[in-house]
Amino acid sequence: MPEIKVTPLGAGQDVGRSCILVSIGGKNIMLDCGMHMGYNDDRRFPDFSYITQNGRLTEFLDCVIISHFHLDHCGALPYMSEMVGYDGPIYMTHPTKAICPILLEDFRKITVDKKGETNFFTSQMIKDCMKKVVPLNLHQTVQVDDELEIKAYYAGHVLGAAMVHIKVGSESVVYTGDYNMTPDRHLGAAWIDKCRPDILISESTYATTIRDSKRCRERDFLKKVHESIERGGKVLIPVFALGRAQELCILLETFWERMNLKAPIYFSTGLTEKANHYYKLFITWTNQKIRKTFVQRNMFEFKHIKAFDRSYADNPGPMVVFATPGMLHAGQSLQIFKKWAGNEKNMVIMPGYCVQGTIGHKILNGQKKLEMEGRSTLDVKLQVEYMSFSAHADAKGIMQLIRMAEPRNMLLVHGEAVKMEFLKGKIEQEFSIDCYMPANGETATVTTNPSVPVDISLNLLKREMALGGPLPDPKKPRTMHGTLIMKENSLKLVSSEQALKELGLNEHQLRFTCRVQLQDPHSDTDTLHRIYTHLKSVLKGYTIQHLPDGTVMVESIVIKVSSSAEDTDTKVLLLSWSYQDEDLGSFLSTLLKKGLPSGLC
Amino acid sequence: MKLYCLSGHPTLPCNVLKFKSTTIMLDCGLDTTSVLNFLPLPLVHSPRLSKLPGWVSKDGTINLEKELKECAGRVFVDAQPEFCLPERELLDLSTIDVILISNYHCMMALPYITEHTGFTGTVYATEPTLQIGRLLMEELVNFMERVPKAQSATCWKNKEIQRVLPGPLKDAVDVWMWKRCYTMQEVNSALSKVQLVGYSQKVELFGAVQISPLSSGYSLGSSNWIIQSHYEKVSYVSGSSLLTTHPQPMDQSSLKNSDVLILTGLTQMPTANPDGMLGEFCSNLAMTIRAGGNVLVPCYSSGVIYDLLECLYQFIDSANLGTTPFYFISPVANSSLEFSQIFAEWLCHNKQTKVYLPEPPFPHAELIQTNKLKHYPSIHGDFSSEFRQPCVVFTGHPSLRFGDVVHFMELWGKSSLNTIIFTEPDFSYLDALAPYQPLAMKCVYCPIDTRLNFHQVSKLLKEVQPLHVVCPEQYTQPPLTQSHRSDLMLELQPPPMPYRRCSVLSLPFRRRYERVYILPELANSLVPSEIKPGISVATLSAVLHSKDNKHTLQSVPKPPPAPPSKKRKRVIEEPPVVLTPKPLLSGAVPLEAFLATLQKHGITEVKVEETADGHILHLQAEDTLIQLEEDGTHIVCDNNEPLRTTLRDLVLRFLQKV
Repeated sequence: MPEIKVTPLGAGQDVGRSCILVSIGGKNIMLDCGMHMGYNDDRRFPDFSYITQNGRLTEFLDCVIISHFHLDHCGALPYMSEMVGYDGPIYMTHPTKAICPILLEDFRKITVDKKGETNFFTSQMIKDCMKKVVPLNLHQTVQVDDELEIKAYYAGHVLGAAMVHIKVGSESVVYTGDYNMTPDRHLGAAWIDKCRPDILISESTYATTIRDSKRCRERDFLKKVHESIERGGKVLIPVFALGRAQELCILLETFWERMNLKAPIYFSTGLTEKANHYYKLFITWTNQKIRKTFVQRNMFEFKHIKAFDRSYADNPGPMVVFATPGMLHAGQSLQIFKKWAGNEKNMVIMPGYCVQGTIGHKILNGQKKLEMEGRSTLDVKLQVEYMSFSAHADAKGIMQLIRMAEPRNMLLVHGEAVKMEFLKGKIEQEFSIDCYMPANGETATVTTNPSVPVDISLNLLKREMALGGPLPDPKKPRTMHGTLIMKENSLKLVSSEQALKELGLNEHQLRFTCRVQLQDPHSDTDTLHRIYTHLKSVLKGYTIQHLPDGTVMVESIVIKVSSSAEDTDTKVLLLSWSYQDEDLGSFLSTLLKKGLPSGLC
Repeated sequence: MKLYCLSGHPTLPCNVLKFKSTTIMLDCGLDTTSVLNFLPLPLVHSPRLSKLPGWVSKDGTINLEKELKECAGRVFVDAQPEFCLPERELLDLSTIDVILISNYHCMMALPYITEHTGFTGTVYATEPTLQIGRLLMEELVNFMERVPKAQSATCWKNKEIQRVLPGPLKDAVDVWMWKRCYTMQEVNSALSKVQLVGYSQKVELFGAVQISPLSSGYSLGSSNWIIQSHYEKVSYVSGSSLLTTHPQPMDQSSLKNSDVLILTGLTQMPTANPDGMLGEFCSNLAMTIRAGGNVLVPCYSSGVIYDLLECLYQFIDSANLGTTPFYFISPVANSSLEFSQIFAEWLCHNKQTKVYLPEPPFPHAELIQTNKLKHYPSIHGDFSSEFRQPCVVFTGHPSLRFGDVVHFMELWGKSSLNTIIFTEPDFSYLDALAPYQPLAMKCVYCPIDTRLNFHQVSKLLKEVQPLHVVCPEQYTQPPLTQSHRSDLMLELQPPPMPYRRCSVLSLPFRRRYERVYILPELANSLVPSEIKPGISVATLSAVLHSKDNKHTLQSVPKPPPAPPSKKRKRVIEEPPVVLTPKPLLSGAVPLEAFLATLQKHGITEVKVEETADGHILHLQAEDTLIQLEEDGTHIVCDNNEPLRTTLRDLVLRFLQKV
């Protein structure tokens, strides 16, 4: 039985360093190659030694697919391709290909230049790695090789986020990456067709959450920002440079305009302009409304939002600052946080999920004293607000996607074990399909049962369809007979006669003739007719003919009658049939030996 | 498989392919050359055009003063311009399942088809094709509606009258097919039927065929199409280009192994080299400006104009044109320039790389930013106050019959300082200029047609090797004006099948196989036996299920166990239920070996008699005959069923079952 194996190297019952190995139809595919934000040691990257202990990965992998540009999905890519060694194709969408190297470079700078780590990938490695990238277009079927094909679907999580359908022969797997089933202010909703994969590998970040409407959350968010500004506080919104940031910027921009607010809004890092520019150039990846109106008004040209300078943090008065990164684990957002944490007028709004181990995660759990590097502690007095803006599907969304794709099996990754367990139960109950949730390094094996594609001769098919009538009759299924010829890699189904011809074989006729003596005091023709009537009544549903040349034919079995030379009342029946009618022939000879019933006319 | 040809225009095709129970329209081109027979529609009142004399036949018997006007020695129809539609009578267009669009120039007849024929299907196109196609239609509608002309002219179309008209009106064909432009409402409704597709996306049509667009390299989002089943493949090649301009390069290799290749949309200017033309364009432009004249470039608002602007971007400074204003005037100028920047996926590699930086892929963004290029929706409004001369104006329509270009013709035509440079190849420039004669303005003809030329196409066909090629008849002979140029036609072996408007071609196809899927349970139950080295056969009995043109074979369900019958006595008389028929047999029964086998089974008294075709074995003790021949065995056995079955099984041992 063919099998599909799925092994998470990262994101197995965990969020962070997504990296999932899939073995399907003899092909090995790596889905995502991310880093873990909660760790600063070896655990930061997936454990590639699982694939091979020594040497390069090229010969073990047919391709690598990156779902989107978030570092927990692509952060380990240069390490994997340049330091461990992989030269095969890496697939990602155009926006991901454009933005991914920038975030990687950012990540490298923070790690190497600021934290002073060595043995890390270099700028050149990022460039070399990106040279191996093959861009993917939405819905394009990319033939990785003769057997393996992949197709990307819109995932709506961030600009360029994609789900991928991986297919080998008639087996297939869908990997969702991170996705969002409700359109937001800048992106559309994820969509997939009814592709019925053998396994649907889905993220499950919000496996147990059903979120209230987006509008309410937006209103809440604006209210909180507004209140804080009113009382002269500073609002810090840690974000990743691309994604939520743009959504919230659009939200604040329109709010500021409507309310005629004057407090400044800043966006940290030099990436701002650039980031917004990506959105302008890849506008086809945003939601319908933005796409429709972009000629008149480009939503990514902000009037109220200005670039941030480090010195502004100490300016008096209210302000809103978007700063990177989103989980407060390093960089500018952390610096500003340290500055503002002591004042209860200030506020930090966490608009997304925070990985365990990050400061974001700690303050969200209500920690009021933080241990910082160098054994100092930081008192957290400012208001901490959490607002789920990260664009992951919630439980409802995940169920919705299952309904869309109709998978035969389900596999959960990118979530916490306890929550997964709950969702798994729900899925198994609602859809009666198996649901797997392997931990890192654990393999889930799914046996598939693919049908076998065969070339059927059109003659045979047409004959069969004509006989079968326009509508199938479920009570009386028609049986079709043919010969399957297996030659090299081709499978052909033809009628037996054609099979003989195609194989260059002669047909060997096997015939049987049987004489049966019968006491029947009638003339030969009458006897024949009596036989005909008798058979007619016994054999229902068979073609029985009384031919003018003095024979009776049952299907292709010939029955003749002659009188015995000695006794005219003794009739000799001659039955002749071919091997193909053996069952019927044998039955008839036995039947007729018993004589004809009386009362026949 | 049949091909219905609804358009005679080789670059504005409209064909319908019937293939495996699907009806597929390939492109929906609108032949606009008919507008050359009409008077221009001036944007501002033109005393010259309004005072033209009406036409009366020489003998005075036919008076069409109202409909026809004499202008510059020719006769023009004075009514809203009309277009020549694809044929609508050749087949019932409501039966069309899908329409495949290859590029935005080949979809302009779409509203006529989707809105007025009972069409209920789907139109497939790429996103740039849809968006830019929409702009071009919007522009066309705008051009027409801006200058409303209530009058429609039909008298001249009367056969008896048309016959006596002067040329070229006299020779105009299918004039009753000519129709006025559609409305924006019809455009919106037509385009709402478009389903977007990406290159190499595989789309299933009713489970019967699969269609897939391929990059054709001609314009943004332009595509060729593959229409295939598991066994047959038709390639539809429409406007394609191998030149490196802005679009993604042409995908040639996917065209390989086609049974039929339908070839349309070759260059209309086989003797004009696009690069040379571009050079000539630049030098004429610079010369005119230097001499203090204006340059008018009648053009479509998308397509080659992007390349012209890019070329000028590089040329402006070296030619000292830094201060010359460039104007692009069209109701969709802004949209066209904006849209061109957002289709990174559909651009050539160089331009894609720019987007990764992130920079706009086309340099016209910079021309706009530095105020060198300005765009306006029309000559009215801002343009009239900001307009400076000498300048360069890009505007439509290239036929010079409507759009803002008409105004510039009236304005600049009288001065020999000005130059009009034709770059679009769709219209004969002499015909386009006819109603403006006499003209003092210089005319330069630099048609830029990047589509495949005959040299490129024969190389391409050699590469992809289709079994049969179908093409417009124009491609099977040299152009009329250059009848000695045998290099300007397709020469193939076997020769291409030519079509013309209203042709119905039977495509040379023999379908022999269809795909069927054997369900795993049935597949596992098959018992293959090797007949020849490497070839195995298995007899198969199954139930065929056909749904949505997909066929599957399932195991035959076991009959439910017969209910315990009370009349046991009669059971024996139940005829056998034959579930699987006996296989065919092959091979021969060798005499010696067979005799030996008989002996093993205790049949020893065998008399062998030789006949013409084999042997007759007489089993004397059993009074049974076996006739052994090369291609048959006949067992004659009376009243001894056990013996007969034994003999049967012994014979079967020597034969192969198929």
